[in-house]
Amino acid sequence: MPLDRANVDTDFIIPKQFLKSIKRSGFGVNLFDEHRYLDKGEPGRDNSQRPLNPDFVMNQPRYKGASVLVARENFGCGSSREHAPWALDDYGFRVIIAPSYADIFFNNCFKNGILPIVLDSKIVDSIFAAVEAEEGYSLTVDLEQQKIELPSGEAIPFEVDSFRKYCLMNGLDDIGLTLQDADKIKNFEQRWRGASPWYFGVQG
Amino acid sequence: MAGKTLYDKLWDSHLVTQRDDGTALIYIDRQLIHEVTSPQAFEGLRLAGRLPWRADANFATPDHNIPTTKDERRQGLEGIKDPVSRIQVTTLDDNCREFGIFELDMNDERQGIVHVVGPEQGATLPGMTIVCGDSHTSTHGALGALAHGIGTSEVEHVMATQCLLQTKMKNMLIRVDGRLNPGVTAKDIVLAIIGEIGTAGGTGYTIEFGGEAIMSLSVEGRMTVCNMAIEAGARAGLIAVDQTTLEYIKGRPFAPKGEMWEQASVAWRELVSDSDAHFDRVVVIDAADIIPQVTWGTSPEMVAPITGEIPDPDKESNSSRAANMRQALKYMGLKPGTKITDIQLDCIFIGSCTNSRIEDLRAAAAVVKGHKVASTVEMALVVPGSGLVKKQAEAEGLDKIFIEAGLEWREPGCSMCLAMNADQLGAGKHCASTSNRNFEGRQGFGGRTHLVSPAMAAAAAINGHFVDVRDMLLTQDR
Repeated sequence: MPLDRANVDTDFIIPKQFLKSIKRSGFGVNLFDEHRYLDKGEPGRDNSQRPLNPDFVMNQPRYKGASVLVARENFGCGSSREHAPWALDDYGFRVIIAPSYADIFFNNCFKNGILPIVLDSKIVDSIFAAVEAEEGYSLTVDLEQQKIELPSGEAIPFEVDSFRKYCLMNGLDDIGLTLQDADKIKNFEQRWRGASPWYFGVQG
Repeated sequence: MAGKTLYDKLWDSHLVTQRDDGTALIYIDRQLIHEVTSPQAFEGLRLAGRLPWRADANFATPDHNIPTTKDERRQGLEGIKDPVSRIQVTTLDDNCREFGIFELDMNDERQGIVHVVGPEQGATLPGMTIVCGDSHTSTHGALGALAHGIGTSEVEHVMATQCLLQTKMKNMLIRVDGRLNPGVTAKDIVLAIIGEIGTAGGTGYTIEFGGEAIMSLSVEGRMTVCNMAIEAGARAGLIAVDQTTLEYIKGRPFAPKGEMWEQASVAWRELVSDSDAHFDRVVVIDAADIIPQVTWGTSPEMVAPITGEIPDPDKESNSSRAANMRQALKYMGLKPGTKITDIQLDCIFIGSCTNSRIEDLRAAAAVVKGHKVASTVEMALVVPGSGLVKKQAEAEGLDKIFIEAGLEWREPGCSMCLAMNADQLGAGKHCASTSNRNFEGRQGFGGRTHLVSPAMAAAAAINGHFVDVRDMLLTQDR
């Protein structure tokens, strides 16, 4: 699905009223809420009865079930809310392709099994053009080979941090991995406490 | 070998282990917690049967959902009318109790916006690494701490391991040379910077703010600047430690005392970039060129000086930027060529983690004193950043000045900065706001936000449209 707009912020992705949930799931129906629907959304409302905005790309039948989001510069800027990738994931997006992302959002994607791919803006332009020109256009993202296969047979390579790739491929728990270094953390902490005791439990 | 930047020093002193792939495990000294981005992290700990690595490194206070009217606050938790909001606040209380985490709860006099309360309590100290599930954590860099926002998965990760997996950012120095003109504030500096480098200008960097104009600011002013580093795309903003920093911290509840204070303050003096440190990018701005700023669009980079006008997208050569400008002007209901001083306002919001500290309130009060809010302004809120800011303001009589001028004096919280509580901007309404984001719908569905300094918001309240606060201050001086 092509979202032709730069600087899409996380308020745009999921408005604040939906941040009141204490769960991680169920945000998909309110993804892009202020643009997808014509009225104001509230948590707990039956979204199936709400008027859809026919001008918003998500509501075009041809993009139903899309799992790749094509976006513009600085995607995911603003608030650090992880509800943004939760909403994208819950809706069904697995991959985002854009020329650039905001740092916190980019990081949050990997924590939630979403692959944010950075491509040169000219290549992103060409993908926009291709998607918009052909209904049912689909491409395949091969994370292992780090390439995007286009219907034409052409393959576009992309970069991904090797550790993040490893975690995505294996669905690994970050915390479990870090705790494998528990001894190093304890050693550091002991040294740091000795050097800077004022950071440890000094309370007035 | 080149010297180290302040960021290099903070990074190196917290490096637990460096991995071959370039990622590193960084030790975290302080995690600040609020009710919106923490429940799923606590739930994750519970599901995995994990305990916090160091409960005493965490510090919590609810802020986003908190009601700000006296009536509601008097009723305690029952005063939160929205049941979903109430659950989020009580969930934070329950989680802090369960995991042994220090919390200033909603009824505590010291409660407030986490980025106001942290430094106020001395829970933010120079040389610390600080995280919070909130992008405006960059605020704390004003005290020479490496501080940035993280997502909820990382909140859980820090709770469980006291560490964060990071790749090192690049170094940027933004130097604001010379002295500020009267009536120009920290907020104008940072808006001018964002106007200059853009909202993605700092992406991938840690920004150190320096130069005479920055170092002449109070710690509160420095917090305003670092707060909006994220609006320039940088997760962390930093300012070197100096005498001003140390004087601010001394005597605060969580700050070291006695002999330990002496040792700490010596160590903290080292928290400056070396004179031969290398920065990957340096931006130099002349303070004399900065005049009060007003945003006219839906991104903080869409900003103009008060003497300016709304730019014309047809004259923008970059087509993507021109399209953004058109979209923004359509949403804002504004036309190119309109003078900034002709923008009419329906609402005034003075508050948020950017501008709700005592000096902000003093600056606003000085402007409104003896005046009345314009009859066309429907709502004008002053929301102090913490219970202690409120108390101090009341001791100085600022509350009376605001109330007599026709502004509402509220209880502390995030309020209409992001409108998660009942304080919301109506559709199509224009608001002069001292907050940090003018995104579509940020302050309320369809609401139109203009970011300004507290003095500029106060001046707008009285006039019903933007005015150059420097003119008002001049009149008052006479």
